[in-house]
Amino acid sequence: MKEMWKGNHAIAEAALRAGCKFYAGYPITPQTEVGEYLSARMPELGRTFLQAENEMSAAYMLFGASACGMRCMTSSSGPGFSLKQEAISYLCTNFLPALFVNVIRWGPGLGNLDSAQTDYLRDTRGGGNGDYRLVVLAPNSIQETVDLLYDAYDIAERYRNPVELLSEAALGQMMEPVEFPEFKEGPTDLDWVWDGTGDKNSYDHGRPTTAGKPAAFRKKIETMRENEQRWENYKVQDADYVFVSYGLPSRTTRTAVDKLRAEGEKVGLIRPITAWPFPYKGFEEVPGTVKGMISVESTDSGQVIEDVALATKKMCAGNIPVYGLFSGQNIPTPVHIIEYFEKVKSGEEKEAF
Amino acid sequence: MAFEKRRPVLVEHTHTFCPGCGHGIFARLLAEAIQEAGYERKAILSLGVGCCCNMNPPSWSGDVLQTAHGRAASVATGVKVARPDLLSISYQGDGDAYVIGLNETLNAAYRGENICTFVILNNNFAMTGGQMSWTTMPGQKTTTSPAGRDCKVTGMPIKVPEIMATLPNVSYVARGAVTSPKNINQLKKYIKEAISAQINGEGYSFVEIVSPCPTNWAMNVKDSIKWIDDNVIPYYPLGVLKERTGE
Amino acid sequence: MATLHIDTDRCKSCGYCVISCPQEALAISDSLNENGYNYVECDESKCVKCGICYTVCPDVVFELTED
Repeated sequence: MKEMWKGNHAIAEAALRAGCKFYAGYPITPQTEVGEYLSARMPELGRTFLQAENEMSAAYMLFGASACGMRCMTSSSGPGFSLKQEAISYLCTNFLPALFVNVIRWGPGLGNLDSAQTDYLRDTRGGGNGDYRLVVLAPNSIQETVDLLYDAYDIAERYRNPVELLSEAALGQMMEPVEFPEFKEGPTDLDWVWDGTGDKNSYDHGRPTTAGKPAAFRKKIETMRENEQRWENYKVQDADYVFVSYGLPSRTTRTAVDKLRAEGEKVGLIRPITAWPFPYKGFEEVPGTVKGMISVESTDSGQVIEDVALATKKMCAGNIPVYGLFSGQNIPTPVHIIEYFEKVKSGEEKEAF
Repeated sequence: MAFEKRRPVLVEHTHTFCPGCGHGIFARLLAEAIQEAGYERKAILSLGVGCCCNMNPPSWSGDVLQTAHGRAASVATGVKVARPDLLSISYQGDGDAYVIGLNETLNAAYRGENICTFVILNNNFAMTGGQMSWTTMPGQKTTTSPAGRDCKVTGMPIKVPEIMATLPNVSYVARGAVTSPKNINQLKKYIKEAISAQINGEGYSFVEIVSPCPTNWAMNVKDSIKWIDDNVIPYYPLGVLKERTGE
Repeated sequence: MATLHIDTDRCKSCGYCVISCPQEALAISDSLNENGYNYVECDESKCVKCGICYTVCPDVVFELTED
């Protein structure tokens, strides 16, 4: 039976159900409730909550725990998540799984507490040094947050790579009806963990040498890209214009699609559920007669639109124009989206790509 | 058998430290101490970045995690959360632990994490070619203090063990040196105490090791030792700064 | 009876053992090991098997056994 849960609390409980045994984190709005919830809940389950001195240290604690095979997580937002980038880079080069949760707040620097998607490019390209990617899960509801988190560690361990859950301020703060799956445990027979014996010491527990890493990284990234795309399409097959939107803006966009359809406009929506790998496969349904793609995102200058443009170019024949509604510090309303659509259709709005 | 001196298992392979480097002596002492405690197959070293990177396999035969510069304290903390049954040890240089990593180093001590931290103090950032560290002595020339360290603008050499000894959750703090057989033997006792404190669950233990850096100081071993005796140890006195209470 | 074993390939010619040996039994030889270092050699007539060389050596060149 579903119960009303706050998004951040649901993130915390879902991670526990997925097998998380260790949380290290630091307070930052709008995700502090994740840590607060776990500070009470983890002792109940005999697991470890640790308030670290900063977000960077928390991420490095995950390095140590993950190397020993423990399912672990951290969460942050804004500048706190920036502090974790080097640690994420280290986890990737060491082929270590871990769960990172970013409840995005708007803006560079201190930013503010508005719900936004302004970390999209950094989180999907790898914000630390080196060539790596994370699988980035992007729910648009609290139930979907729970469902995706339940798979997160399995994905992370499959590739020995960190996984990120990409949420946003409003999704973390609001409440929706949710039900949780049963508790599950991580595997106990991982053959690449550090166990103190030194038996697997001959080069880093089966990890490639530095010379072997470029090829290994490429293979991992290509495999993740091929196998881990998730998306949901809505009324795309006969659409003249296709919106592309993830997270909370995808919900208002869907409402806009319904209203426009009711007025006879043939529009549809591709909703990425993985921000990385971006769901190129979702674009297979776009009809050859499509007239334009419209990215709807809570960014300032357009970030998701770059992936929309690349996917459109690759998957759709002809030079389909790509437009972008960048709503900055707001979740765009259906009215706003419909107004923008009218401008696209009339030619008043010029394509970005 | 007590008479015998055998190569400890964990340093059976050669390492790539410079000739005369104090790291090599410390690494052997650490290997002896871990083996004597029976933990040679139950220990994970978290290495900082610096000359301690020379302890990556194959030089150290046990499990090693190469961590980020300054962050070994956090990684060692995470190791201990996941495997409280193993020895979790962070092994760093003074540039790593006291400069870029001062925050993480002190916070692990502050919380009283049940880990051991060992820091080699050689008055410079050695691996990168001898830049000034916070332990560089006043007037000491390094590649970033070519006129000699001006402590009025850069600070006096930092005394981290003294700070740690004030923290209630720290169980044991000592400063040793590798500058004579007597000091080496005394240092070994400090290392064994630190390890015993972790095994006993007493909280955070810490040993600082004053060491020569013949390469960057451009001195032979004998002169390096004299330089330490004349310049370093008077400022950084050897001994136990905080005794174990057994709790 | 005790034996001092010297693994000459491990020696890096730092000389710490030479300056530490109370019997002045150790000296850097003219011979090179495979790494190009002049390795240490021991005058057995002076060596009393005290083990101080083992204690100071950064490269674990020495081992001391009972027989």
